[in-house]
Amino acid sequence: MLDVEQVRKDFPMLSVSMHDHPLIYLDNGATTLKPQSVIQAICEYLSSYSANAHRGDYDLSHRVDETFENVRQKVANFIHAPKKENIVFTYGASDSLNLVAYGYGLTHLQEDDEIILSFQEHASNTLPWFDVSRQKGCRIQYVTLDQDGQITLEHIKETINEHTKIIAISHISNVLGYLNPIKEICQYAHQKGIIVVVDGAQSVPHMPVDVEELDCDFLAFSAHKMCGPTGVGILYGKLNLLEETSPTRLGGGSNSRYYKDGQVTLKKVPAKFEAGTPNIEGVIGLGSAIDYLTQLSMKEIHEYELSLRRYAVDQLLQLDNVIVYNPDAQGPIAFNIKGVFSQDAASLFNTYGIAIRAGHHCAKLLDNYLETNTTCRASLYFYNTREEIDQFIEICKKGDDFLDAFFG
Amino acid sequence: MRSLDNPMILREIILDHYEYPRNRGLTDDKDYIKINMNSETCIDDIDIQVKIEDGVIKDFRFDGEACAISTASTSILSELIKGKTLEEAKYIIEQYNNMIYEREYDEEILEEAIAFKNTSKQANRIKCATLGWNGLSQIIDEQKVGEPHD
Repeated sequence: MLDVEQVRKDFPMLSVSMHDHPLIYLDNGATTLKPQSVIQAICEYLSSYSANAHRGDYDLSHRVDETFENVRQKVANFIHAPKKENIVFTYGASDSLNLVAYGYGLTHLQEDDEIILSFQEHASNTLPWFDVSRQKGCRIQYVTLDQDGQITLEHIKETINEHTKIIAISHISNVLGYLNPIKEICQYAHQKGIIVVVDGAQSVPHMPVDVEELDCDFLAFSAHKMCGPTGVGILYGKLNLLEETSPTRLGGGSNSRYYKDGQVTLKKVPAKFEAGTPNIEGVIGLGSAIDYLTQLSMKEIHEYELSLRRYAVDQLLQLDNVIVYNPDAQGPIAFNIKGVFSQDAASLFNTYGIAIRAGHHCAKLLDNYLETNTTCRASLYFYNTREEIDQFIEICKKGDDFLDAFFG
Repeated sequence: MRSLDNPMILREIILDHYEYPRNRGLTDDKDYIKINMNSETCIDDIDIQVKIEDGVIKDFRFDGEACAISTASTSILSELIKGKTLEEAKYIIEQYNNMIYEREYDEEILEEAIAFKNTSKQANRIKCATLGWNGLSQIIDEQKVGEPHD
C-alpha cells in the first residue's frame, strides 16, 4: 500500500501556501510537483559534475555521458521498450509529437492519404497533423466518440478506409480522461499497414505502460508530468520507424561527418535526432523521477489514484450544483459548477488555496461534443489525499458564492 | 462606511451586470467597428462593436463567452461611455486603468466601475477586468490613426 503521508514528505511544494491556505494541488494534468530526490539529482549535476555530454575526453564529461545514457536505459525499462535506442530525448511531449508529424508524417504521407485523429486530442496531437496534411494534400478524419465520449475499436474500424495511413490518438485524454483501447487499435491498424502514434502524456505518469504489449509505433510523453523537470520529453519509436524518420533539427552531435559539398552522414538512431546540447540536467532529473516512481511502484500509484478519483467523483455526484462530465474515466475529472463560468469557479478555488484548471484544456475541438464550451478540470496524483478531496468538495458546495473570491 | 467601500454593494453591482449584462448582443449594422478580444492567458473571448459618429460613441455592443468579471466590467463600460466623445472615453479608460493598477484615479467619473477596485488584490483577474476596456481602447487608438488632422 502506498503510504501517502510518508510520500508527501518528499515534496517540498506540499508545504507551500497559496492565498493564505495550505496548497491543495489538483492540476497534475498540467504539471506535477517534484520530490526532493529529483531536485537533488539536478543540483548535484549542476554543482558537482557539470560538463557537456557526448563531447569531452575528460573524467567529468565521461560521468555526464554515462549518467545521461543510463537515463535512456531507465526510460526504456520504465515503458518496457526493447532497447535504449528506441528512446529519443526531446523537449516535451509536444516536441515528440511534432517530431513524428514532421519527421515521419511529412516524409511518408502522400496526396489523398488520411490521418485519423479524435476530438479529445490535445492541440499538440492535432495542430502538427493539420499542418502536415495541408502541406501534403492529405485529409484529417475524426473518429466518432460514443455517448460518454469514449473511443471504441468499432468506431476506429468505421473511420478507417484504404486511404488511412496514420492514427494519432491519446492513450488517456487530458480532458475526458478515458483510457483508449490502444492495444486493440494497434492490432487492427497494423493488419491494414497503418501506423499508430500514441500521446502518452496523461497515461505514462499514472499507470504501468508496456509498449511491447500495446505494440504502438510511437509513444510521446513529458518528464514534467511524472515528477521530473520541464523541458524534457520522450519519444519512443519502433527502431525501423525511427530509422525512417528524418530529424527535424540538425546540428552538432547528430552527424558523424559532413563535407563542403553538402554531403552529411547522420549518426544512428537516436543520436541523429538529438542535435545540439541536450537538456542534460533535465534528463538527469527525469532519471531520478523514474527511480522515485519505480520505487513506489506504478501499479500501486495507479490503484491509489483510481480509488482517490472514485472517492472524489462519488462525492461530486451527490452535489446538485455540480455536473461531472466523465464520472467513469480514469484521468482528470471534468466538471462544472452549475451557473458558474469555469474561470470564476477556478478563481473561487484559488481563494481557498486549491489549484484547479479552467478552460478548453488545449482540446478546443471537444466543445461541440460536451455541449459546454469550457470546463473545470481537477487532476489528481498519488500525493493527493482524501482530506484534500474533502476540502475541494466543500468549496464546490460554495459555488454560488463565487464572487466572494473576488472580494476575498 | 461609505457605500463605495462596502464589498456587499460592490458585489451586487458586479452580480447585477453579470446576470443582466447591458448592451449585450451584436448587430449586423455595417457602421459598427468590430474587434475580437480573445484573452491569450484565459478563456474569455468577446466581440465588441462600437458605432462612432463625429467623434462621439453612439453605441457599444458586446457578446461572447466570458467570466463574471469580464462580462460585468464590459457591461459597466458600455453604459459609461455611450454618448461620450472619444477624448472623454479615453479619459475614463485611463482612470479605470489607474484604479486597476493602484495609481491615483478619479473616483467620481468611474461610477459603477469602482466595483472593480479590488482587482489588484486578485492579480489573476486583472486580465478579466480589463478585457473589454482594452478592446475599446484599441478601437479608439485605431480611430486616431485613420482620422485626418485638422
